Amino acid sequence: MVKRLSRCIREYKRDAVLTPICVSMEVVMEVVIPLLMANLIDFGIEKGSMTYILQMGAALAGACILSLIFGVLAGRYAASASAGFAKNLRQDLYYAVQDFSFTNIDKFSSSSLVTRMTTDVTNVQNAYQMIIRIAVRCPVMLVFSMIMAFSVNPELSLIFLGAAPILAGGLFWIMRHAHPVFERVFHTYDKLNNVVQENLRGIRVVKSFVREEHEEEKFQKVSGSIFQDFVKAERLLAFNMPLMQFCMYGCTLLLSWLGAQLIVSSHGSAMSTGQLMSLFSYAVQILSSLMMISMVFVMITMSRASAERITEVLDEKSDLVSPPQAVEKVRDGSIDFENVSFRYSRKAQRDCLSNINLHIQSGQTVGILGGTGSSKSTLVQLIPRLYDATQGSVRVGGVDVKEYDLEVLRDSVAMVLQKNELFSGTIKENLRWGDPNASDAELERVCRLAQADDFIQGFPEGYDTYIEQGGTNVSGGQKQRLCIARALLKKPKILILDDSTSAVDTRTDALIRKAFREEIPDTTKLIIAQRISSVQDADLILVMDNGKIRDLGTHQELMENSPIYREVYFSQTKGGEENGSQK
Amino acid sequence: MAARNEKTTSAPARPAAMPARGPGRGPRAFGPIQKPDKAVTLRLLRYMGAYKPQLALVVLCILLSAVAGVAGSMFLQVLIDDYIAPLLKETNPAFSGLLQAIFLMAGIYLVGILASWAYNWIMVGVAQKVLKQIRDSMFSHMQTLPIRYFDTHTHGEIMSHYTNDTDTLRQMLAQSVPQTFSSLVTIVTVFCAMLYTNLIMTAFVVLTVVLMLLSTGKIGGNSARFFVKQQSSLGDVNGYIEEMINGQKVVKVFCHEEAAKRDFDKLNQELCDNATNANRFANILGPIMNNLGHLQYALIAVVGGALALSGFSGLTLGGIAAFLQLSRSFTMPVSQISQQVNSVVMALAGAARIFKLMDESSEEDHGYVTLVNARIENGELVETKEHTGIWAWKHPHQDGSITYTRLTGDVQLDSVDFGYEENKLVLHEVSIHANPGQKVAFVGATGAGKTTITNLINRFYDIDDGKIRYDGININKIRKSDLRRSLGVVLQDVNLFTGTVMENIRYGRLDATDEECIAAAKQANAHDFITRLPQGYDTLLSGDGSGLSQGQRQLLSIARAAVADPPVMILDEATSSIDTRTESIVQKGMDALMQGRTVFVIAHRLSTVQNSDVILVLELGHIIERGSHEELIAQKGKYYQLYTGAFELE
Repeated sequence: MVKRLSRCIREYKRDAVLTPICVSMEVVMEVVIPLLMANLIDFGIEKGSMTYILQMGAALAGACILSLIFGVLAGRYAASASAGFAKNLRQDLYYAVQDFSFTNIDKFSSSSLVTRMTTDVTNVQNAYQMIIRIAVRCPVMLVFSMIMAFSVNPELSLIFLGAAPILAGGLFWIMRHAHPVFERVFHTYDKLNNVVQENLRGIRVVKSFVREEHEEEKFQKVSGSIFQDFVKAERLLAFNMPLMQFCMYGCTLLLSWLGAQLIVSSHGSAMSTGQLMSLFSYAVQILSSLMMISMVFVMITMSRASAERITEVLDEKSDLVSPPQAVEKVRDGSIDFENVSFRYSRKAQRDCLSNINLHIQSGQTVGILGGTGSSKSTLVQLIPRLYDATQGSVRVGGVDVKEYDLEVLRDSVAMVLQKNELFSGTIKENLRWGDPNASDAELERVCRLAQADDFIQGFPEGYDTYIEQGGTNVSGGQKQRLCIARALLKKPKILILDDSTSAVDTRTDALIRKAFREEIPDTTKLIIAQRISSVQDADLILVMDNGKIRDLGTHQELMENSPIYREVYFSQTKGGEENGSQK
Repeated sequence: MAARNEKTTSAPARPAAMPARGPGRGPRAFGPIQKPDKAVTLRLLRYMGAYKPQLALVVLCILLSAVAGVAGSMFLQVLIDDYIAPLLKETNPAFSGLLQAIFLMAGIYLVGILASWAYNWIMVGVAQKVLKQIRDSMFSHMQTLPIRYFDTHTHGEIMSHYTNDTDTLRQMLAQSVPQTFSSLVTIVTVFCAMLYTNLIMTAFVVLTVVLMLLSTGKIGGNSARFFVKQQSSLGDVNGYIEEMINGQKVVKVFCHEEAAKRDFDKLNQELCDNATNANRFANILGPIMNNLGHLQYALIAVVGGALALSGFSGLTLGGIAAFLQLSRSFTMPVSQISQQVNSVVMALAGAARIFKLMDESSEEDHGYVTLVNARIENGELVETKEHTGIWAWKHPHQDGSITYTRLTGDVQLDSVDFGYEENKLVLHEVSIHANPGQKVAFVGATGAGKTTITNLINRFYDIDDGKIRYDGININKIRKSDLRRSLGVVLQDVNLFTGTVMENIRYGRLDATDEECIAAAKQANAHDFITRLPQGYDTLLSGDGSGLSQGQRQLLSIARAAVADPPVMILDEATSSIDTRTESIVQKGMDALMQGRTVFVIAHRLSTVQNSDVILVLELGHIIERGSHEELIAQKGKYYQLYTGAFELE
């Protein structure tokens, strides 16, 4: 885990190295200061030498200034090292997620990915800064202070050796018990996020069913368990401070008692008052370093869970990658399915697609009909390789999709999804997802094809109209047409419309299909639809049922041979015969 | 979201609350960074006010622990002046006095230790309780906000209130507040002790501390400013990630990964810069305070030494030693406070954002007419507690009398005008009368205002002009929760919740039995596919039901509405993702479901609406045609065009 995370240090390595160096220098200065103090008291004040006092005073001031400079430098380096580290972490995470397949993303859930990229990274960032600053500072301080203390008086310094294990042992006990609780807290945080996110998305449902109280109960249950766990964990940590004080005060008292005896019995020859004073200073330094080390442990404990969650994402291997010698060009828009079976996960009990064989020539228009859950969307998602077939092979332009460079493949297969997503930004920006370099004229052309130009021109700001997150300020039908335009802009070899005109009225739907026929005749078009009218004029119509292709043919053929198709046809034209005959 | 489908005609000039997002991203939607004002602090303290007894105990314990600490510093002077120095002069020193003093000190220390454990322990509980309370009331308040609020705020932004912002509060409440207080107490006690020891030296210490504070004040201020900035960039990054991950499929399909990375990098860099600056200032604050403290320590020694030597102020060696210790005890809490400033400023900024959410005005509801169970006695409606299947509107009048009107589902819109934004009407003079049990269908191009009408009936938005009456009662008089309870809604975009299939169906009526839920599922034709799921009705749906197809989710949401059993139903493209063959099967269930209910149907598929009692054709917010299917076909108007358009082959 540490190894994986440390790969994110990169360009901030210099800062990360300089920080502990500066910190160490600062510590050395800080340790020297009490020594100088002792001298000042013993040889200056007690002996009454003003010149010595001034000399030592100047030396002290010099030490302070040096320590100040190193301290400031350490602070600066630590800041940029840790912020930079966090930046790289977030970047790696985000890039990793961009390369994930959907199977990968489904595994984590999106709300959890968001927490990992924000809260978890912040935790790790804080811990990291702690480590390169405090975790270096404290042991160094501890060692130096010990050395100094022993050089002042070895016998008395044994007290510290006695106190340190007590403190360390106590801290260890606290940590060991707190860690699992903290881990649980973070898990519950995910749940809390999930409840809020679902509530936000489904706010209309919540309000319609007047389920506000039910939602509040749900939330309070989660926030209640966060409360309990946090209290439990933090109450364990509350022992830190008293434990520290216990050791510190104990040392002070022992030092006073033994020190006083030593000074008195030896008449100041074994130890001076000034030395006793400096021992008090070292006591503070030694024990507070131990204390700080324990705080670092707390931070590390708290962030270990976060670090693990981050590594989990970083270590996740995308199961869809371009092959090493990838095919860089898609010849044409022909599509072949050869004995294809598919299931979403190995654990799934039955196949979503079983034994599909299908051959589509370049430029054909293919309609796909089928009941809810008959795996129509699953079928077409295999073409741009959003998922890999479990068995069999899918070929585009005569080449297996697994052999293409992913980007090349997806650039030539445009897909308008069932669940249309627009992003916050202007209409132009959204459209240019299809082609970043498209001219305004080009944008207007594809919008005319998708029958979107009219309503866009109707907006006061036209193509510069701002789309809210999730596209909430355009209607479903408008959204669908924008998504079609966006897909057209890619000038794809294959265009897949996954039930993407469902919210468009039939007339506009017909106009869009007409435009397809006339303007992009060479593009293979796959249209998944509910309305028979949307696919009736296709070169080939598939009727899917339960993961299999049930029937295949043109409208006429299917009317004759396919009972399902006939049934659907009549269910949609029921009562409309008199008009149907007018055509 | 489907329910906002019709907002189109008002292609929005964004509301002012929502700053520009996109490439030239503006600041976060929290608005400009404000100096956290007193009001926020006071309000936060008021939350803690509920725990007065605990806090009183905390204060007491902090006092004890601080006094014990100061006593320790003072003890040094006693040790040197009263014991070591005199004992040194004695030939046969007796240590019993010293031993006594040490035991006394040990007692004081013990009290201090216990006190500091106690206040930490209590404070953890108080802080977490306050946090829970804030989270809970934030969520509860969020439930009361109007739909408009959710239209104008991103999910990521709202969510960061629950995590990032409350986290900053946790630090402040559990650590900064008690530590600051304890530091203050220490400062005061130490100050008194110093005064007691030596006046001139005290003046000197105060002078140096003031200088220290002045020099660090600026740094602290800078640091705080950047911490606030850091929090808000964090929110930006949060929002961006949320949006991108939810739209990941589109990102993939368009090979937009690189661009998405670039945009992210920009935001990420901004966050990094702010974090660097914030931490830099915070980090150097410590060394500066520390070393200025050392410097002061050295100066005290020099000046004190000079004073002691001159014998002018009566300063003893023990005095200097104690003073040095005291000065350290004085500067340490000062620098501790200055280091808490960051987390306090950050927390206050977080609190300000949380309070802003809590201050958003709730949906207005002046309704006083409520929905009650009723039974009929001697031809009169009588209110009753048990579930009778008969509902009545309980209408209290100003003279104190109460009348009951039977809930029948008679909905009447009278010259309704409405616009999502001022001066931009999307509905003009819409009048509709739906009799109980009637099926009313809305037909029209996308953006004509169909969904808007249904949003007005359940009062997601309030109308600008005209009247809507429900069983003859102006809906403004009906309590919103009761109004909505009487309306079942099935939307195009189905939102399911984490939980089992059964729980999701039961969402419609929480006290429904398993049998009732299954019956509803059968009615909606969802039973079949549910039983084919790995664990049937106990299958756990997660992540918004992502394992199900859009159509399966619609079936579930129909079952959910069926369980609710409301007298009036709104079906907004409820079957658009169900294939027509399944629909024709569901249709039977749907027909049974619609039996005896007033139903508003929005559908693009005309086959879905043909058997409606009234079909309303909408265009640009106006009703342009109304009548039954046959009547409209005979009119050969817009409906006729649409209807024949459906069969247009060439």
